[in-house]
Amino acid sequence: MLELEARAEPSRLMSWASPLLAVALMLAGGVLVFSALGKDPIEGFRVFFINPVKDLYAVSELLLKATPLMLCAIGLAIGFRANVWNIGAEGQFMLGAVAATGVALYFDGSESALLLPAMIVAGAAGGAAWAAIPALLRTRFNANEILVSLMLVYVAQLFVSWLVFGPWKDPDGFNFPQTKMFGEAALMPTVLEGTRLHLGFVIALATLVAGYAFMNRSHAGFRMRVAGEAADAARYAGFSANRMIWVGLLLGGAAAGLAGMGEVAGPMGQLTDKVGSGYGFAAIIVAFVGRLNAFGILLASLLMALLYIGGEQAQQYLNLPSSISMVFQGMLLFFLLGSDVFIHYRLRLRRRAAPGR
Amino acid sequence: MDASLFSSMLFATVVAGTPLIIVALGLLVNEKAGVLNLGAEGMMAMGAVAAFAVTHESGNPWLGVAAGMGAGMAMALLFGVLTLTLMANQVASGLALAIFGVGLAAFVGKPYEAVALQAVPPIRIPFIADLPLIGEALYNQQALVYFSWALFWGLLWFLYRSRAGLVLRAVGESPASAHAIGYPVIRIRYLAVLFGGAMAGIGGAFLSVFYTPMWAEGMVAGRGWIALALVVFATWRPLRVMVGAYLFGGVMITQLFIQGSGLQIDFPSQLLSSLPYWATIMVLVAISRNAGTIRLNSPVSLGKPYRPDA
Repeated sequence: MLELEARAEPSRLMSWASPLLAVALMLAGGVLVFSALGKDPIEGFRVFFINPVKDLYAVSELLLKATPLMLCAIGLAIGFRANVWNIGAEGQFMLGAVAATGVALYFDGSESALLLPAMIVAGAAGGAAWAAIPALLRTRFNANEILVSLMLVYVAQLFVSWLVFGPWKDPDGFNFPQTKMFGEAALMPTVLEGTRLHLGFVIALATLVAGYAFMNRSHAGFRMRVAGEAADAARYAGFSANRMIWVGLLLGGAAAGLAGMGEVAGPMGQLTDKVGSGYGFAAIIVAFVGRLNAFGILLASLLMALLYIGGEQAQQYLNLPSSISMVFQGMLLFFLLGSDVFIHYRLRLRRRAAPGR
Repeated sequence: MDASLFSSMLFATVVAGTPLIIVALGLLVNEKAGVLNLGAEGMMAMGAVAAFAVTHESGNPWLGVAAGMGAGMAMALLFGVLTLTLMANQVASGLALAIFGVGLAAFVGKPYEAVALQAVPPIRIPFIADLPLIGEALYNQQALVYFSWALFWGLLWFLYRSRAGLVLRAVGESPASAHAIGYPVIRIRYLAVLFGGAMAGIGGAFLSVFYTPMWAEGMVAGRGWIALALVVFATWRPLRVMVGAYLFGGVMITQLFIQGSGLQIDFPSQLLSSLPYWATIMVLVAISRNAGTIRLNSPVSLGKPYRPDA
């Protein structure tokens, strides 16, 4: 009979190998899913996993998709490390998009070079402000930040739809729920000729580096790690729990807001009611699969972006709903959570226990 | 307010509160056993889509409810394997279940969008349904409304009057001592998790088959999360779950009635629709501000993995 036996210490090998094992299991699961749907698994595999990286343009689209995931996930990871469970990145993303859009619409027609930086600041501030609500309610009133940040996602969605159906609706937009298109000065410049890849990708990479420096090289980051790994030790050392909640939520909100800004000023070029397309939730998976560290998050966001684009390809070529991406993303996270058991336990074959044990 | 308006608002409040009661009572049992499953939203979504699909194919809403229950339990089983057998983090696994369930439901439910079901007629309880003012509202209701009341009474008895309920609570308070006196902690937690999944599935089924007989992506709309908040609000007590659920139902209905009343009030409908979410936040704040109440009432080992030493 198979049994789990505790390891004397956590396996370093397994903590790296379990994400790979999870990916392998997801791919195997994918073959099963395609077969179950009556599609040729090899064809499905090619469309889902190879098409998104088949040429330079495809790769640039992959990086474009990975940009908001990277930003949201690195922000969330900082909080998660300290056991601050901000689940509302989706809402903070939308508020960042709203704040940036507000600046773009207010200064509509401006050609100032300062417009874009102002939108970046507004986006980060908008996301941080939305995350400040759960931070305030948690530190002041002990209200659970998981539930509060989540409720605010629904509020944010309704707020965005009010804006684009109401005061911000494009008068020439044939009644579509969207704002007017941004002017040239309010759009992110592209960084790769002939593609849609924009400055936001560079900002996301820089944020990853900054996130790495914060978590691994700063005292504040050290405190947050201690708080997450050994809450009692942190309390004993006198680290303020409230401060960590604020830092975790505000940084997470700012990064998510930045991601939202990058979407409206990047590929969308306007605010619509579809702005929050689940990046904030997918980023939770990215943060975990990426082991809450910057380099891992880079790889995990590329993988998740691959799954998103694979889903779009599956819709186009295999006639499957694009929500199949979420099936793959969910599988990935489940397999990861499951394989993590091997970090602390090993599998042993053992005979049935002797009687009288 | 005239009598017929009162009656129809009461009716609608009860209907809106019902899925919250069923799901929250299921989660309450989960948490009493020491397991925190944040995946309710995903289990409800799967329950809703499975129930809709089966009702649509078979024409029988009861088969649909059974399918919804089965789907919820299947999702809960997945969660149980991860957290109870493989000892994965309960918060992360629950979030994964919520995200995955909503996604899988959207995937499975694609062919059923824009299909409508026939409304299921309410069941009228003779005599008491003729009571003035409240009769029509309370006793001419969907069968699952009565089920939610039976569930409440059944749970009250189970948790506080039966031996099995005592064991369940012991497992949530102190799994090590429950194990020491010979109770199979993991098995009991599995049962509690499966029960939670079953109730979430039925709650989802209520939405897609009885409440609004249709399926649309996102139709659960945070009710799973509100149910989780309700359990905290209720400080893990069934009676308060009922009160809380009807309060939320009332908030949801009031904003719908304002929107539908044709009153020319100058307030955008989207912002009115966000009222239930703000209400959830405010109630959470009100109940959590006294950290002591929460700490005294929440099951001691809630969310902590337990592994009996072999």
